[in-house]
Amino acid sequence: MEYEVIIGLEVHAELSTKTKIYCGCTNEYGSDPNTHCCPVCTGMPGALPVLNEKVVEYAVRAGLAMDCDITRESKQDRKNYFYPDTPRAYQISQFDLPLCVGGKVDVNVEGENKTIGITRIHIEDDAGKLVHDAYTGGTLVDLNRAGVPLIEIVSEPDMRSAADAVAYVEKLKGILEYIGVSDCKMQEGSLRADVNLSLRPVGQKEFGTRTETKNLNSFRSIARSIEFEIERQKAVLEAGGVVYQETRRWDDEKGEGFSMRTKENANDYRYFPEPDLLPINLSEEYIENIKKSLPELPESRKARYMSELNLPEYDAGIIISSKALSDFFEEAGKVCGNYKAVSNWIMSDIIRASREYEFEYDNMPYTAEQFGHLIQLIDSGKISGSIAKTVFEEMIKTGNEPEKIVEEKGLAQVSDEGAIKEVVDRVVAANPQSIIDYKAGKDRALGFLVGQCMKEMKGKGNPQILNKLILEILNK
Amino acid sequence: MNNIIELTASEIRELYDKKEATVPEVTKAFLAHIKEKDSEINAYITVCEEEALKQAEEVQKLMDNGEKLGPMAGIPIAVKDNICTKDIKTTCASKMLENFVSPYDATVVKKLKDEHMIILGKVNMDEFAMGGSTENSAFFKTKNPRNLSKVPGGSSGGSAASIAADMAPIALGSDTGGSIRQPASYCGIVGMKPTYGLVSRYGLVAFASSLDQVGPMSKTVADNANLLNVIAGNDEMDTTSAKVEKKDYTQALVNDVKGLRIGVPKEYFGEGLAIEVKEALEKAIEKYRSLGAVVEEFSLPTTKYALPTYYIIACAEASSNLGRFDGIRYGYRTENYSSLKDIYRNSRSEGFGKEVKRRIILGTYVLSAGYYDAYYKKAQKVRTLIKQGFEEAFEKYDVILTPTAPTTAFDLGSKIEDPLEMYLMDLYTVPINIAGVPAISIPCGTDKEGMPIGMQLIAKHFNEEMLYRFAYTFEQN
Repeated sequence: MEYEVIIGLEVHAELSTKTKIYCGCTNEYGSDPNTHCCPVCTGMPGALPVLNEKVVEYAVRAGLAMDCDITRESKQDRKNYFYPDTPRAYQISQFDLPLCVGGKVDVNVEGENKTIGITRIHIEDDAGKLVHDAYTGGTLVDLNRAGVPLIEIVSEPDMRSAADAVAYVEKLKGILEYIGVSDCKMQEGSLRADVNLSLRPVGQKEFGTRTETKNLNSFRSIARSIEFEIERQKAVLEAGGVVYQETRRWDDEKGEGFSMRTKENANDYRYFPEPDLLPINLSEEYIENIKKSLPELPESRKARYMSELNLPEYDAGIIISSKALSDFFEEAGKVCGNYKAVSNWIMSDIIRASREYEFEYDNMPYTAEQFGHLIQLIDSGKISGSIAKTVFEEMIKTGNEPEKIVEEKGLAQVSDEGAIKEVVDRVVAANPQSIIDYKAGKDRALGFLVGQCMKEMKGKGNPQILNKLILEILNK
Repeated sequence: MNNIIELTASEIRELYDKKEATVPEVTKAFLAHIKEKDSEINAYITVCEEEALKQAEEVQKLMDNGEKLGPMAGIPIAVKDNICTKDIKTTCASKMLENFVSPYDATVVKKLKDEHMIILGKVNMDEFAMGGSTENSAFFKTKNPRNLSKVPGGSSGGSAASIAADMAPIALGSDTGGSIRQPASYCGIVGMKPTYGLVSRYGLVAFASSLDQVGPMSKTVADNANLLNVIAGNDEMDTTSAKVEKKDYTQALVNDVKGLRIGVPKEYFGEGLAIEVKEALEKAIEKYRSLGAVVEEFSLPTTKYALPTYYIIACAEASSNLGRFDGIRYGYRTENYSSLKDIYRNSRSEGFGKEVKRRIILGTYVLSAGYYDAYYKKAQKVRTLIKQGFEEAFEKYDVILTPTAPTTAFDLGSKIEDPLEMYLMDLYTVPINIAGVPAISIPCGTDKEGMPIGMQLIAKHFNEEMLYRFAYTFEQN
């Protein structure tokens, strides 16, 4: 039987506010355990939460950027459950009145445009972390992350494949980065997704029973876990079995999903309105002001790159996929005036180098300004394109200005015809066979001679002049 | 000088001003009396002798230097043991927190310290403020100083008893459903539950967040107003604390109620009210009438729903608030475990007392899927109706006058096995917490056994002045 795959996602994004959601502790990643803690975020008796207004602002920004309606009178609720990473034994979340409802985002999957509905976006606090202690064999609790502000973005069941889901999360990541509410560092867990997935026979209207795979924190694990779960459910159904509603865990190393708990064992969270916090009332003016302050979103940048800067759609799409990269592109382009060249470099050398040297686009070893200067050096004929690659490598390693590298390493291009002619004469004289080959119609001989000359000149010869002078001799 | 311990806070302050006694002398007098008397009463869980004396010396130095200090400076005070104090144990009278020391001071404690008051110690209560007799303390039962075979009331029984036994001139209590007013009534002292939001809850170990308030307990109305001046005020650490203008409640100590209107709700004088209490209240009403107040009987028909509404909301919130006592980060942890579930189950089973467990189970039940709408949601709707009932009444009356409790203090052990009977003692006090309005209990006579009878006065939101005016007038006449 043919099955249709139905996927909905719950994406958690940590907000990059300065302080936590309910106390004044710093919201910073990666410090010694239990150093960013106070009576509030450790759940001390008598401590009370105070809502960080920035969290509401950030969530409303996200909601507006995703075309949501903003709830004018919203509230927070307690979600009760016991776990050692949850110091109050309840999470403060939003149950029936989330801040944002009914939005959408457009994605492009392999050339096809799709709209994915956003059911709701709500605010909540993150839990701490459990750390297995190899020394004692026990489990330790680190509460630095407890109280870090989160938004949970719940989608409609509008996705039909792993590619849809990945495109959707990439899209959310882009928007959240652009509007500056989350750094979306998946490897640090600041963006993670729960995948709800079910199958139904093609043509059937009712949804099948869904499973939820929790806490996926890379595009790769999202895609692989979806592929795995599709195959698993298909096998169950084809064998005449029943898919159980359950929560599942993905083991990325093993490449396998596992059942964590079934519906019968599901928690009853006993949601009720958080009595320690007042309702959140937002004025029209407040929402209007946030709307006005929203920056240009990735889609709009992409359109501009294509229409104004003549970039191909594919290239524009790659550049806007990261706000840091897109910002880099715009700044470097502004410095050198040659956007096309910057784009070409991004598509080849910069993407390659970021993988090879493992740097993030928001933390490249050179600045956009320095890179703009590199393009200027090429465009002004001061260095050749191939020398530029050497300079670029040097910029990655040292972070130095390209001019300084060119000067110190003596990499400036030689355009003096007399100096070049001397080399050309010498090389041609040493390779008489090449002239015979060329005259016999073997064009490769020209390339060989140019290469030999460049070798002599350590790559610094002006290639146009070189070509011209060699041809002059050959065509004599 | 040998009757220092019997003085009110204002009288002690006068001694300081006239240089007839020093703060260390007064503090020592109370500490000595505690040492002698508390073996009989059992009000104090922790006595902070060293800290109190050190603090007394410091305040005295300030006084000697001629610094201008507030009216409560140098006054010793007892603090209920569910209010967090840094460096002093905060046990909530529970095995769960037997050795717990809070890493911070509650906002009200900070305010006491800023006023240069002297904390004598932490006093007994029903475990986690759940109960009306202080018999639910995990440590010991406190006795009513007026009659040692009787309960002092609760849950702020230690606060009330410490004052009634002259082991503190003044105290802090907390009131979720009557826990300040009922023990004040049983021990013959003055107890105020302020408007919800007037006093910060930051550092008050939560029982029911939407009902809890810290309030002053004292020998006189004037002392009470002075202590409320110290602790009232908006706190940025508690978003439910109200942004209202700071007031001087002593301005309300006016001996005059002429032309003011008193409403007497007939539902508070029905079945279950002891005849002697009823007679004392009638006498009090006559007194107000003779002083020129206008008294009218009226009906508050939602009264009969108050008790079930209270127990649903309070237990629901408690079941969530007490989740944090799980044996993981602080407090009691069972020694008997081999899994995480065991730690939770056994720490909580062994660490909590019977009444606390009863309420956690009740609260968990009313919030459960399938029961939420029938209980919690309905209770919230009734809460709105009860609130509206009071609001309408206050369009006609300046205060509402009722008994504080249906009876005077009962015998130790007489109700502890019957929780429903115990809950009925809260009949007249819980509607006030549900509505969030302020109420004060003041003594208005004694029964034939000599046990004090309490009168409760209720006013509209943030009108504590009206309560002090009526209470002060009654006290002075």
